[in-house]
Amino acid sequence: MTTASLNRAFALLLWRDLLLAFRRRTELLNPLLFFVLVTTLFPLGIGADPALLRQIAPGIIWVAALLAAMLSLDSVFRSDFEDGSLEQFLLSAQPLSVLVLAKVIVHWLITGLPLLIVAPLLGLLLNLPGESIATLMLTLLLGTPVLSLVGAIGVALTVGLRRGGMILSLLVLPLYIPVLIFAADAVQSAGAGLSISAHLSLLAALLMLSVSLSPLATAAALKISLG
Amino acid sequence: MLRFFHQLGSPKHFYRIAGAWIPWLAAACGVLVLYGLYQGMVVAPTDYQQGDSYRIMFIHVPSAWMSLFIYVVMAAAGAIGLIWHMKLAEVIAISSAPIGASFTFLALITGSIWGKPMWGTWWVWDARLTSELILLFLYLGVMALYSAVDDKRTAARAAAILAIVGVVNIPIIHYSVEWWNTLHQGPTVTKFGAPSIDLRMLIPLLVMAVAFKLFYLLVVLMRARVEVLERERNARWVRELVERS
Repeated sequence: MTTASLNRAFALLLWRDLLLAFRRRTELLNPLLFFVLVTTLFPLGIGADPALLRQIAPGIIWVAALLAAMLSLDSVFRSDFEDGSLEQFLLSAQPLSVLVLAKVIVHWLITGLPLLIVAPLLGLLLNLPGESIATLMLTLLLGTPVLSLVGAIGVALTVGLRRGGMILSLLVLPLYIPVLIFAADAVQSAGAGLSISAHLSLLAALLMLSVSLSPLATAAALKISLG
Repeated sequence: MLRFFHQLGSPKHFYRIAGAWIPWLAAACGVLVLYGLYQGMVVAPTDYQQGDSYRIMFIHVPSAWMSLFIYVVMAAAGAIGLIWHMKLAEVIAISSAPIGASFTFLALITGSIWGKPMWGTWWVWDARLTSELILLFLYLGVMALYSAVDDKRTAARAAAILAIVGVVNIPIIHYSVEWWNTLHQGPTVTKFGAPSIDLRMLIPLLVMAVAFKLFYLLVVLMRARVEVLERERNARWVRELVERS
């Protein structure tokens, strides 16, 4: 009975958040545009030499993805915090960490997944070869959920603050570094024709670790932030 | 004995006991620093490869050790504060952050000064340097979060969560960075068997390490006393203390 109601609460929350996001469709585009724009700035700043661009493309795309994920983090808890539903989640009989996981999954679906879809386009723009683009998408698939999960801890800690944006970046970006290292290196290795299974295994390990630990930390942080 | 620890947990007694310890700690720390520096700067032999410039390691290496040690202490104290709602553990955790950040900064600066003649450059994106830099960012994040939240108890608890998340991440960051690139010379003290360091160099290094630990203890107690006073400013014992002086 309790498991059934937990599953139901999870599914309902997932559906509610997706619906809310869908009602504000134009906002969905913003992180995506940001991702594309930041990536476009680099060739303008560095120069359009195709060989150079191909070499730095994995880093550029991943840094842009990191920033886009971070800037969109605020939406995970912000509106729920402002209209008071976050407090209701805290009071609900269901474990907060499971509800948090539902919210993070929605956040990934509306901000992480679109990045995955435009990434090949950016790869083409930056002159990446085919196998690198495939690897890029694989790393984004494994890496962006980690960004959402780890970022949720940071948002939960800063949700009560009026100007939490700058602090959020200070809290979250250092924790993103391992993802950046493994993912960008995987894309680079794929371009050089090397094996990338070690990179992918490590990224998957990071994903497993953050799926299991981050909702707990996020729930604890939310309880502290909301007193 | 148990009563002593129990008393140490209450802000009032902590304030008194820490106040009594501070002069002794200061004296012990001062003697050890002077002895360690003398041994390191004057007595220890010149390195056959690096000349005299290696002597900065008597500051650099203990600072780097302290930077990690304090982060772990901070996270442990934060966890104790979260689990058992011990106010004093929260105070210790939050008082440790600026000290740890200073040691990290010192390790980075001395490393950079040493790197200039050795590697011919102030900064390289080497694994250990980079993870030390990231450690500095983690410290700054904890401090920024603490100062951003108005209610200091909430702030300390939030900072404790962040410190614990950081402790889980430090090994991951360390190994990911290490794998990414490495240039720094490997550890020479912790090697099993005969350490590849001369005993006349090792002893001042260890003396300095102990001195730095004492220095941390000294400063953390001083900071914690101030923090306790500030938090308990409405308590009767603080008012009596102020009126008496």
